[in-house]
Amino acid sequence: MIATMPDILVNVIIFVLAMFIGFEVITKVPPTLHTPLMSGSNAISGISIVGALVIAGMGEGVLFDVIGMVAVVAATINVVGGFMVTDRMLQMFRRDTDTN
Amino acid sequence: MDTRLIMMQLAYLLSAVLFILGLKRLSHPDTARGGNQLAAIGMLVAIVATLVGGGIVTWQWIIGGLLIGGLVGGLMARLVKMTAMPQMVGLFNGFGGLASGLVAAAEYLRYTHGKVVESGVAVSEVPLDSSLSIMIGTLIGAVTFSGSLVAFGKLQGIVTEKAVKFPGQQVLNAGLFLGILALMGWLIISTPGAIAGADPSSINLWYWGLWIAAMILGILLVIPIGGADMPVVVSLLNSYSGLAASAAGFVLNNNVLIISGALVGASGLILTRIMCKAMNRSLANVIFGSFGEVAGKGPVAKGEKRTMADVNDVQADDVAMLLAYAKQVVIVPGYGLAVAQAQHKLRELCDNLESRGVNVKYVVHPVAGRMPGHMNVLLAEANVPYNQLYEPEDVNPDMANVDACLVVGANDVVNPAARDDPNSDLYGMPIIEVDRAKHCVVMKRSLNPGFAGLDNELFYLRNTMMLFGDAGDSIGRILEEVKQL
Repeated sequence: MIATMPDILVNVIIFVLAMFIGFEVITKVPPTLHTPLMSGSNAISGISIVGALVIAGMGEGVLFDVIGMVAVVAATINVVGGFMVTDRMLQMFRRDTDTN
Repeated sequence: MDTRLIMMQLAYLLSAVLFILGLKRLSHPDTARGGNQLAAIGMLVAIVATLVGGGIVTWQWIIGGLLIGGLVGGLMARLVKMTAMPQMVGLFNGFGGLASGLVAAAEYLRYTHGKVVESGVAVSEVPLDSSLSIMIGTLIGAVTFSGSLVAFGKLQGIVTEKAVKFPGQQVLNAGLFLGILALMGWLIISTPGAIAGADPSSINLWYWGLWIAAMILGILLVIPIGGADMPVVVSLLNSYSGLAASAAGFVLNNNVLIISGALVGASGLILTRIMCKAMNRSLANVIFGSFGEVAGKGPVAKGEKRTMADVNDVQADDVAMLLAYAKQVVIVPGYGLAVAQAQHKLRELCDNLESRGVNVKYVVHPVAGRMPGHMNVLLAEANVPYNQLYEPEDVNPDMANVDACLVVGANDVVNPAARDDPNSDLYGMPIIEVDRAKHCVVMKRSLNPGFAGLDNELFYLRNTMMLFGDAGDSIGRILEEVKQL
């Protein structure tokens, strides 16, 4: 049954279930973390780097080399910058230890 | 499926799991940093798996791209000021969208250039699910890219922060969107014929036309949105960048892209919903881009025009006196604090007050600033512990017992009209009720109306004192005066 299911249908199922996981996992975010959550999840959306790497490395001619490299640069900025800046922010957050 | 491919898929599964665990931890203060690191490891796993198992033939473009991107991204992350965080996130969003869109573009061009080969023969028929995914991926990627660049430009001050509106805007947007859908449909139908005809140049041109049209749509969707509404837009674009990655996953039949993109899409939507709630706007209102419409009507004419003569204009020493001898002080930071970069001075002032036995609370409105949590990041940078920050509903019930509220560069989020005046455009937005405190000090550059273009009744109340000038200078002067008391 699964074997005959068209790719797009499998993909839609995965997509919908992953959306639900996303909603369940995140639901309650304290305002303190709104910005880091956004920049951290933003870095995750740089996962397109996986596709970009394949294009840049498939050796199909200049057109694809250029598109691939631009995509790798853009995605890498997104990934590296996103995770690093999130870490920089989060290391500033601290709880007051001597609360009265 | 050979072993290498199976290993690669399993590695992708591992990174998807790491992303889920990372996001879960990111939403709790104590585990957030570890969560972010977990997600970063997940990304590394996915990258290594692709490099090892992805059938890479040439390396120079990959290495060059990784080096340039890593260097630029790393430097930006290190050098950006905390006050400039919103535009930074906006820019990163745009890059993510661009990468996802280009993945779709490369797949399309592989078909039209006869590079998709099955058993030695170039494929001329593009399967419907592939071409549909390519078109949707292109649309979302390009809209995210250009929309994020406009948001970046607005936040950076390159593009006007004001809502740019013109007659027929909604009609134009709707028309452009329908045109794009038609072009997508036409491309899907005509591409196989163009491939069979062996001259892809004209159809490729139409495909790039789709990019241009989608990028124009992205610009048009963000340009009418004013600065104070930016938290909603930044959240929504964040969600779009996730959906763009998901769409790229549909194009490549790659599960890790679909899953991670969906996670980001969901988290962006959750933040968007929180922001909408905090501004009393509906999500539908946001998605169709018609917001900002409400805020542009201009000041609510209410009797005569108020002037400087109607306000209680005070000096720093008056404020110092009030604060130093208060029992309970509430600080309300807003975008003006970020503009003045006064978070460190503010912290110093509050420390001094606390050492005198004054109880100080910071109250942060969810939409204060230009992105969700903007004020929290600034105050964290100034070393204010996050458990000293309160939400409006924590403090509003006790407001009558607060001796002094210090409003630093906030305006609409403390406008009593949102509570009292059904005719006001802000009506229904939850506010911090500083007008109910015994005294309220508002730091502001001038009497200009706030972002929504509305007059603020708060400035003319009897228990309100206005301290005009740059927030940084004003806080510095108050601090000097407090020290001398």
